[in-house]
Amino acid sequence: MALSRRAFAQGYAGLGETADGFAPVTPGKVFSFPADHGPHPDFRIEWWYLTANLVDARGAACGLQWTLFRQATEAGPQREGWANQQLWMGHAAVTRADTHRFNELFARGGVGQAGVDAKPFAAWIDDWEMKGADSTDDRMLAPLTLKASSTDFNYALTLQADRPVVLQGDAGFSRKSERGQASYYYSQPFFRARGSLVIDDKTVDVSGQAWMDREWSSQPLDPDQTGWDWLSLHLSSGDKLMLYRLRQKDGKDDPFGNWILPDGRAQQIFAADIQMTPKGWAEVAGRKLPVEWQIAIPSRSFTITCKPLNPAAWMGTGFSYWEGPISFSGSHDGVGYLELTGY
Amino acid sequence: MLSIQNLSKSFSSAGEPVHVLRGVDLDVRAGERVALTGESGSGKSTLLHLIAGLDGADGGKIMLESLEVTALPDAGRAALRRDRLGLVFQQFNLIPSLSVEDNLSFQARIAGRHDAAWHGELIERLGLGKLLRRYPEQLSGGQQQRVAIGRALAIKPSLLLADEPTGNLDEATADDVLALTRDLVARTGCGFLMVTHSLRLAATLDRHVTLHAGRIT
Amino acid sequence: MRRALWILAVLLSHWRRHPMQLATLLIGLIAATALWSGVQAINQQARNAYDRAAAMFGGVRTPMLVAPDAATFSQDLFVALSRAGWPVSPVVEGRVQINGRSFRLLGIEPVTLPAEVGNAPRLGASDLRAFVAPPGQTLVAPETLADLDATEGAAPQISSGARLPPLHAQPQLVPDVLVVDIGVAQRLLGKQGQLSRLLIGKAKGKPGPLASVVGDRLQRVEPGAETELERLTDSFHLNLTAFGLLSFFVGLFIVNSAVGLAFEQRLPMLRTLRACGASARMLNTVLVIELVVLALAAGLVGLVCGYVIAAALLPDVAASLRGLYGAQIPGQLSLRGEWWLAGIGISIVGALIAAATSLVKAVRLPLLATAQPQAWQQAQRRWLVLQGAAALAVFAIALLLLRYGDSLIAGFAVLAALMLGAALFLPALLEIILLVGQRRAKGPLALWFWADSRQQLSGLSLALMALLLALAVNVGVSTMVETFSRTFITWLNGRLAADVYISAPDNAKAVAIRSWLRERSEVQAILSGGRAETQLEGQPVELLGLPDHALYRERWPLLEAAPRAWTQLVPGNAAFVSEQLSRRLGLRVGDVIEIPAPGGSWVLDIAGIYADYGNPKAQLAVNVAALIRRFPQTPQTRIGLIVPRDNIPGLITAVQKQFALDDRSVADQATVKAESIRIFNRTFAVTGALNAFTLGVAGIALLTSLLTLANSRLPQLAPLWAIGLTRSRLAAIELTKTLAVALFTALLALPLGLIVAWCLIAIVNVKAFGWRLPFHVFPLQLVELVAVALLASLLAALLPVARLARMQPADLVKVFANER
Repeated sequence: MALSRRAFAQGYAGLGETADGFAPVTPGKVFSFPADHGPHPDFRIEWWYLTANLVDARGAACGLQWTLFRQATEAGPQREGWANQQLWMGHAAVTRADTHRFNELFARGGVGQAGVDAKPFAAWIDDWEMKGADSTDDRMLAPLTLKASSTDFNYALTLQADRPVVLQGDAGFSRKSERGQASYYYSQPFFRARGSLVIDDKTVDVSGQAWMDREWSSQPLDPDQTGWDWLSLHLSSGDKLMLYRLRQKDGKDDPFGNWILPDGRAQQIFAADIQMTPKGWAEVAGRKLPVEWQIAIPSRSFTITCKPLNPAAWMGTGFSYWEGPISFSGSHDGVGYLELTGY
Repeated sequence: MLSIQNLSKSFSSAGEPVHVLRGVDLDVRAGERVALTGESGSGKSTLLHLIAGLDGADGGKIMLESLEVTALPDAGRAALRRDRLGLVFQQFNLIPSLSVEDNLSFQARIAGRHDAAWHGELIERLGLGKLLRRYPEQLSGGQQQRVAIGRALAIKPSLLLADEPTGNLDEATADDVLALTRDLVARTGCGFLMVTHSLRLAATLDRHVTLHAGRIT
Repeated sequence: MRRALWILAVLLSHWRRHPMQLATLLIGLIAATALWSGVQAINQQARNAYDRAAAMFGGVRTPMLVAPDAATFSQDLFVALSRAGWPVSPVVEGRVQINGRSFRLLGIEPVTLPAEVGNAPRLGASDLRAFVAPPGQTLVAPETLADLDATEGAAPQISSGARLPPLHAQPQLVPDVLVVDIGVAQRLLGKQGQLSRLLIGKAKGKPGPLASVVGDRLQRVEPGAETELERLTDSFHLNLTAFGLLSFFVGLFIVNSAVGLAFEQRLPMLRTLRACGASARMLNTVLVIELVVLALAAGLVGLVCGYVIAAALLPDVAASLRGLYGAQIPGQLSLRGEWWLAGIGISIVGALIAAATSLVKAVRLPLLATAQPQAWQQAQRRWLVLQGAAALAVFAIALLLLRYGDSLIAGFAVLAALMLGAALFLPALLEIILLVGQRRAKGPLALWFWADSRQQLSGLSLALMALLLALAVNVGVSTMVETFSRTFITWLNGRLAADVYISAPDNAKAVAIRSWLRERSEVQAILSGGRAETQLEGQPVELLGLPDHALYRERWPLLEAAPRAWTQLVPGNAAFVSEQLSRRLGLRVGDVIEIPAPGGSWVLDIAGIYADYGNPKAQLAVNVAALIRRFPQTPQTRIGLIVPRDNIPGLITAVQKQFALDDRSVADQATVKAESIRIFNRTFAVTGALNAFTLGVAGIALLTSLLTLANSRLPQLAPLWAIGLTRSRLAAIELTKTLAVALFTALLALPLGLIVAWCLIAIVNVKAFGWRLPFHVFPLQLVELVAVALLASLLAALLPVARLARMQPADLVKVFANER
């Protein structure tokens, strides 16, 4: 329904919204698992965001996305039943070089149609779910099963990991602007994924790597910020790299990154050390989008060029954005996901 | 200008064919005024209708200037009447809903060659100046026929065909009308073929031919 | 192009000289377009309203899941289905009372509501929060806001004492519905965690089989192509359409005669045009263009008239539909562009149809006026025989339909065929009558009278056919309305047993009122009633609780009853069914039915069938005590009192004062009756108005036919004048002839009208409303109609006859001087 999409879009874009009544994001939070895997209803928005870079039995690359968004319409104590103030939105997509499929779901909180439980871990909206089991390790948030379905695609994956989740930013405090906008942010970039993907009733077995982002905030963007370009990269060396750039109305951007070593240790990379340059543009859904990038981190002798698997990976959902698998080469090579919002 | 060769036409009446025209030959030169007489039912009107393309012939040929009337399709014959022929009937055949002025200019306008000067001259010569706003039913027979003649001549036809134009008029009026017609025909230089059964009137034209037993004698 | 314009100008010049003919043509076209478009506008308006009602938050336009017993079900089933991938959206529904008035309360869930749910109201982006978050909103139609006498933002109290969320007007909503968020509705209705149905949206995945998720606790209901309302109101709209069509054809009759006459008169002109060199194709094209131009102009005027007619009739139509079917139609006319286009289109098509014969003649026009003195009798006879044969064929179709048809459409088709057949047969019948008159005539003038009437027949027959149709419809409809009116009043007298009716705002107040009334000496009996809703064979049924009282046994009208029917009712295992319900489900006295009730199904013997005129809902009547036992939720707010007549006003005042009740909540029998009769009368106001319009159009048809005939009749009349008849005598004869022919037509219309009435009562009403009325004939009414018809003919004939009487001798002489 149109109204909820727009309401969500406003909420997730977060433009011009104040955090009245919602909990502020402040440095120094001590994360606690499994509790922090569950929802934080005192904060305005939150997501459970998983992307996977996979190959099928013949080696053809594909990607998939599974996201559950939460938004609170009002601050304050959680009300029971239909009066509950949480709105939930699910996005699922699959991308191959020749096709990109997506779908979205909406639900209200309070009645069980959508929600997240911390232990045993379960995040769901309708029949889409990301679910743990008794054996799920709270620190690793693994193993998990994942599924989503739509009219023209569906998938089911199992996710394994052998390293704990990684706190992004400053011990999980991710600053988004000079004026204090920030979020709590942690990731599990070390998922190994295996499962099956069905497109147009044709099933293929797939396997590869997956990356989950967990983020919550009450005011993610400054009003001056128009959107972001975000990348999660699986280096073939086993290192992981998260990079984003927040675009401002005045044309300045604010890049930030986190280098995650194969052992799980993370090192922040600051603006001065990051060069993100759009190299190729695609015309999608009436917009011009920078789908190819040149990225350099001189201090780490890191220079790569990213290319999308499918430039048409547009999420034409109520809140629309570009999200698709990429591959890169240069000083390092590997695969990852690119997200472009606010175009 | 008008050349008719071996023209034949028959009708069927009560199942019996009646041969009205059995090989008519007739020529009318430009500016020539010809009277056609004959008994009732001799085929005078039929001949006139065939010349005007109002009906089709069974055999023979009618040439009007360079046009073969007998070979024309219906639309061509309509164009021929519109552009080259003036027709005057005993019944006047004015359009009752049009004023005299509109009746006069009517064919010329359809033909797309309304000539204001000629129109004015016709009105003057026909003495219709005071009647222009009237409608046909408000006119006497002689006046109506003058309008009909004016309408026929307004296009400056090659040939004026008249079928008993004075049949509904008294003698004095008939003479007037015919005199006017002769003058105007002379003025335009067109041919004039008039069907009449008045030998007196026939005598006032240049030539007099008679239709008898389906032939011109 | 210029040539064509010139020819057009010449053709149009005819109308300048014959403005009356032009007026006739235009009036015909305008009348045809106006009535047709007016009726269409009303129908369109109503259909839009039904669509709105049907589509509203997934009415019958959306597939849904409901509990087999139509009861509510647990919300857990919604969650279970969602989690199984079913694209479902929950709805809870019930009724609430505000100030004693009942409203439908609809609880919806806007986030999951399928986008494809018809023309459901769209909440603005920022409105979602306002609608969902406390205090929420109550969306209502602007009409409902007015009914509640409230402004936006007000929060009215319902009978339970709770308050609605603040009111918010939504123009797309249907009246009498309150839309709130699902959680709010559950709370207000006392149905926490309960749902009435689940709307099914477009599948987003491949959900598992229904039974694997919910077992047999829910069943799927496919969307109905036609809504209940549409089915119920079909007859009404068909009725309107039939009237519209009738007027349309009568209008075309007029156009036909006007065009025909104009063509005849313009024949010499057309010949002259051809002789002067206008080609046949050009002339025909211009003739068509002329007609289209006229139709366009008349169509526009007709549309404006149609709009006025529709706007004038709409309030009555809306009242009828509300009274008869409970359908809510906004009283404000709103029209789409298509309506205007369709109106212009129908005008042009109508004009072309009406002028078809003339146009064909023009195309085939021989260039030379061939002498064809074919005897008019011969032509007329052939035409009469042909038309008579067509009439017989149409009658045969009517008989077949009557025998094998079983639908409302078939009923109307029988009517149409009957009337068409009769109209076609009319000239032949009149010819026979006139021929008999001619054979019996003595004296030359009488002979001429009959013979000339016969000759006139072909010219007048279309107008007479129109008159016949209009009169027959008039007879039929007024007979039906009168029959219904009498039956209804008799029925109402029996049905309104109590002397005073009280409607308490809620149960607690009702208890207080009852105990107060018990203390009043003038109250001879307190009768409690009650109503509940349930289902029978999947259709909603109203349950009416009747008190066990001698008055009911004596006066409450039953159409059919088992022995000791009222006694059977008391223990609570028998019911009476309404006539509509008995017809719809084929129920008879002695049958057994089973209806779902909260405590389990209720088995009832049918002990009687009763008339329930004007109720859109199917109804069962049971003992009120049994009803309350089986349906404990039944509001017991309706109280009937038996009071001596003299004490009624005093008691009403006292009750109103004591319990602060308004006039609507306390009423005496006379008031209720008057109100019912008022509603009833409005119901047939539209029929009456259209009836009058049709008769008026037929009158115009007659007038114009006579006017056009009058001119062509001069040659016939002139010789009579020449041999010594005075003009006034001639005029008198002319008038007599017209009236005689009209009288014959009117007399023929009577039996036809009665057949029409019988069809309406025995076929159409039964199919449309579900009730059959006894058939009565009202002779006085018939005499009245004949008189009206003659008066109309007299008026129509007067103008041409007066012209004849005043005609200058010179004009008559012209006939000879200017022989045609």
